[in-house]
Amino acid sequence: MLKDITLGQYFPLDSVVHRMDARFKIIITMLYLVMLFWGQHVISLIAGFVFLILALICSKIPPKMPVRSIKPILPVLIFTGTLNFFAMKGGTIYWQWKFLSVSSQGIQTSAFMIVRICLLIMGTSLLTYTTSPIALTDAIESLLSPLKKLNMPVHALAMMMTIALRFIPTLIEETDKIMSAQKARGADMESGGLIQRVHALVPILIPLMVSAFRRAEELALAMECRCYHGGEGRTRLRELKSGMRDYIALGITLLLLAAVIVGNILLSRT
Amino acid sequence: MPILEAKNLTYTYSIGTPFEKTAVDHVDLEIGQGEFIGIIGHTGSGKSTLMQMMNGLLKPTEGTVLLDGKDIWEKGADRRAVRFQVGLVFQYPEYQLFEETVYKDIAFGPKNMGLDEQEIDRRVRETAEAVGLREELLQKSPYALSGGQKRRAAIAGVMAMEPRVLILDEPCAGLDPKGRMKILTQLHDYHKRTGCTVMLVSHSMEDVAKYVSKLLVLSHAKVVAFDSPSAVFADGDRLEEMGLALPQVTRIFHALRAKGITVPDEVYTVKYGAEHLLALLREGGGQC
Ligand SMILES: Nc1ncnc2c1ncn2[C@@H]1O[C@H](COP(=O)(O)OP(=O)(O)O)[C@@H](O)[C@H]1O
Ligand SMILES: [Mg+2]
Repeated sequence: MLKDITLGQYFPLDSVVHRMDARFKIIITMLYLVMLFWGQHVISLIAGFVFLILALICSKIPPKMPVRSIKPILPVLIFTGTLNFFAMKGGTIYWQWKFLSVSSQGIQTSAFMIVRICLLIMGTSLLTYTTSPIALTDAIESLLSPLKKLNMPVHALAMMMTIALRFIPTLIEETDKIMSAQKARGADMESGGLIQRVHALVPILIPLMVSAFRRAEELALAMECRCYHGGEGRTRLRELKSGMRDYIALGITLLLLAAVIVGNILLSRT
Repeated sequence: MPILEAKNLTYTYSIGTPFEKTAVDHVDLEIGQGEFIGIIGHTGSGKSTLMQMMNGLLKPTEGTVLLDGKDIWEKGADRRAVRFQVGLVFQYPEYQLFEETVYKDIAFGPKNMGLDEQEIDRRVRETAEAVGLREELLQKSPYALSGGQKRRAAIAGVMAMEPRVLILDEPCAGLDPKGRMKILTQLHDYHKRTGCTVMLVSHSMEDVAKYVSKLLVLSHAKVVAFDSPSAVFADGDRLEEMGLALPQVTRIFHALRAKGITVPDEVYTVKYGAEHLLALLREGGGQC
């Protein structure tokens, strides 16, 4: 069913990582990405792996969750991996046929790339597993707030994002329900050619649009009733607060990043 | 043979996540031809989930559903055909209206069945009448109707498929008492006229007790009672423990009994209760 799509799903648990300041989590995730993509030496991957394991243990997220997050991009991984595997030439060549070859460099590059992308996806999915969407947008707003000086509507953008995120599950649920209701009346959505299938969407899209507009209107009204008038002078219920654990986590990440940078310089020279 | 049967029926949402939740837990049921069954249970007891399995919209995690003794999840079984025979009206069905006119919307189901124009026309007009929608409303946009009318138009849309089992999930939710009564009496008439099996989901005893021949009580994903209303209400304390309010008149009679007055404990309609009280008074019962 539609509901089984895990779209940056939040995994509510009680852990150190869950309690961390979302702004720090975003910055740390970015440092992690820098770490992964710094240089060509395997030490980046080792550091990334260490970071991931540490984060996973601290966050109490079951390891199968980040592993599962790789599934959707598996076809892309396999495709580019195979391409690199056969197309790269360099180092010792083990096997060759026309333009295809298996070389030591090909094996190395494709393995490197696959591991790197896996680490990338798992790390970033850990961010959304441990941070509620609302906290995430709050943090983004806070991080982007210097842009307000340039007259960027940062608050409005963040509010739009919050509302969109808030309503994604609602709309998915609603779509599911409308689909079931029309199926109960014999709507056939699984067979027929392209035109028939597009036609079969009408009984779902129309009620969905109507209900989305109704919700938008209700929400606007409710916000007005509570005197919402944009970001000016607005205070927060949940203040973003940073503490010792945030600085410690940032410190560890910076250490790992430093190790990667230094390691790259030292090791690639020899 | 029962027309519809549930065997060991189980449904679990979001398996393998922290949100895992068993909404229907090993339920066995036999629904006889022509019965009018009321299904009650507090919110979240699994009523809607159970109903969606009965017409093959949800695939059971465990167990199965039999229609006329045939497993609807058997390989090669035509579940679309099952849905024409077991019609399901969802909760708040007015949100599924989409056609330009009420007429076309009611005709959506029959059209999907591949019926011819004449038959569709007959069914649309008959069901519109059955739910009390006047002729001139049929050419209006469904969005121009009142709340109660929309609801009844949506119910007509399922009735028009002339299913052998009609399931309605809380058809009275969010309506005023007058609108509720209207739908309930119309359903009662429809059941009497067509003789088809009706399953009516509600969380209000008051609404269903009067009309149904059998009551199915769900609590925490399990069946706790499936019997005639009088038998179910006789065991009122257990229902109240589960947070299900008995009909007012039943509560009064239970209170009378507690005071030591000999009245039956399975009273659930005002008429029946009044007869008993009158008889008691006529006897000149000094206790009163
Ligand atoms: N789509 C869904 N995803 C996850 N859980 C659900 C879903 N639908 C219902 N549930 C859960 O299953 C249980 C039974 O729900 P439901 O069948 O709708 O009960 P009822 O109709 O009696 O109120 C509830 O606890 C509800 O939270
Ligand atoms: Mg329900």
